[in-house]
Amino acid sequence: MAIDAATVRKVARLARIAEPEDKLEPLARELSGIMSWIEQLNEVDTDGVEPMTTSVAMTLPMRDDVVTDGGDPARVLGNAPKSEKGFFVVPKVVE
Amino acid sequence: MSELTGLTLKAALDGLADKSFSSEEITKAHLAAIERSRPLNAFVVETPHKALEMAKASDARRAKGEAGPLEGAPLGIKDLFCTEGVQSTAGSMILRGFKPTYESTVTSQLWRDGAVMLGKLNMDEFAMGSSNETSAWGPVVNPWRQQGRNADLTPGGSSGGSAAAVAADLCLGATATDTGGSIRQPAAFTGTVGVKPTYGRCSRWGIVAFASSLDQAGPMARSVEDTAILLRSMAGHDPKDSTSIDAEVPDFASFCGKSVKGLRIGIPKEYRVDGMPPEIDALWEQGIAWLKEAGCEIVDVSLPHTKYALPAYYIVAPAEASSNLARYDGMRYGLRVDGQNLIDTYEKTRAEGFGAEVKRRILIGTYVLSAGYYDAYYVKALKVRRRIADDFDQAWQTCDALLTPTAPSAAFALGDKADDPVAMYLNDIFTVTVNLAGLPGMSVPAGLDAQGLPLGLQLIGRNLDEGTLFSLGSALEKAADFRAKPAKWW
Repeated sequence: MAIDAATVRKVARLARIAEPEDKLEPLARELSGIMSWIEQLNEVDTDGVEPMTTSVAMTLPMRDDVVTDGGDPARVLGNAPKSEKGFFVVPKVVE
Repeated sequence: MSELTGLTLKAALDGLADKSFSSEEITKAHLAAIERSRPLNAFVVETPHKALEMAKASDARRAKGEAGPLEGAPLGIKDLFCTEGVQSTAGSMILRGFKPTYESTVTSQLWRDGAVMLGKLNMDEFAMGSSNETSAWGPVVNPWRQQGRNADLTPGGSSGGSAAAVAADLCLGATATDTGGSIRQPAAFTGTVGVKPTYGRCSRWGIVAFASSLDQAGPMARSVEDTAILLRSMAGHDPKDSTSIDAEVPDFASFCGKSVKGLRIGIPKEYRVDGMPPEIDALWEQGIAWLKEAGCEIVDVSLPHTKYALPAYYIVAPAEASSNLARYDGMRYGLRVDGQNLIDTYEKTRAEGFGAEVKRRILIGTYVLSAGYYDAYYVKALKVRRRIADDFDQAWQTCDALLTPTAPSAAFALGDKADDPVAMYLNDIFTVTVNLAGLPGMSVPAGLDAQGLPLGLQLIGRNLDEGTLFSLGSALEKAADFRAKPAKWW
């Protein structure tokens, strides 16, 4: 299915990537090219086939719900673009 | 001391053990080689001080009789692995300056076993690429050149830095990762050995995530035995990765040189694709003949869904990537570009921090997971993935391993496919099926094309049966007797 500029704008918003208006058309063409190549999957009969989400046939391991790590704010904040008094500083979330 | 840099890992470990040279000496020799190799752009961070410290500590351990299995061996680390206190960027601008405060499980096991870190190796951004051209730090240049030509060739990708560093004797071995072929294709392009183990063999903890159900770490080195030695240290169960397999890690090197007599080798007819250079077809035939001479039985098999593996991959991998890369929001680590409000900050940060290919894949992933398309694309791809895995299960009824070419061409020139995403994706046509099914695969250098460029053959094995691959790989290696080295121009 062809992807148009409006769809690219919407998807870029969902993905939180700023795409300038003049990039939407070229991106739409590029993504349409990739998606039309992907369309060949429709040739495969997948009726009754169970979707495969992992190649490891095992149940998710469980552990006791106890604290195993933490208590080291300096390491947690070590790469923060902005931090203050042991907290991450982020732009205002609530107006 | 250039002779110290051309050794196999095995020979170096033997030399260290009988005290022919120290870790400090062999590490210094490699650091000097790295310094002279900057035109290759293989390393994004060189860590000479750390390397010498680690080497001296290693020599001290050996003097006390406490040598580990990799004691004193200088290695390169793909920039996808988090290394404590050493910049780890995954080839992306969005992680510029990021110094993890923890060490990945795989690298911590290498250091536990005595290895020495030389630095971080260049790669395609977030491992998304087949030519190293998506790296924010510029492409790696393949040490190999066509005979009589000066054009810069790609070392392949995404583990192009690892492949180039191993091929140019800048390290004894390197870590790499493989999501769709990122270990095996660069190995083929550089005349080196690359192993993608069974999914779950090596812990993913501390490795920057691309597509979590496909990502798997593995070694690259100059001999099959060297990769076996490295994999033994890299592998093992890790409670910090919930998909890590709790299985015994065998002494992989003990499988090298073992007889392969009686093993049944499947030749999948679907891997004969249109437009494949006749030299690759001829090499494949040669590989079949070599294994026959070694006593293997050759059987024809069919993997009917092979052609759908790449399109399925280009839904599954971007879908997982779009989710994994949501963490780069400029709040807790990495780049932040201030905007007018929170959402504007997110959007500007990600627009500036990610390169074109990464954005393309995030957009595709977001699209196929969005309302209305989820079943048509994502679920469909997961069903096709099952069909591909079933093909292999069917094949294992009649054979023990598969032999195929690794890549559909030799190394191509940088820039050749940069404008055509689908042409670039087709590089992984022979390798991507293995990731979807979770199987182990290996690329072994098997010959040169008419232009003097290396070509590789791929072996594919059953789940957790790397041992058979090491036996077959060393049989191929022995028969091919591949000794060619790139002429040093850098």
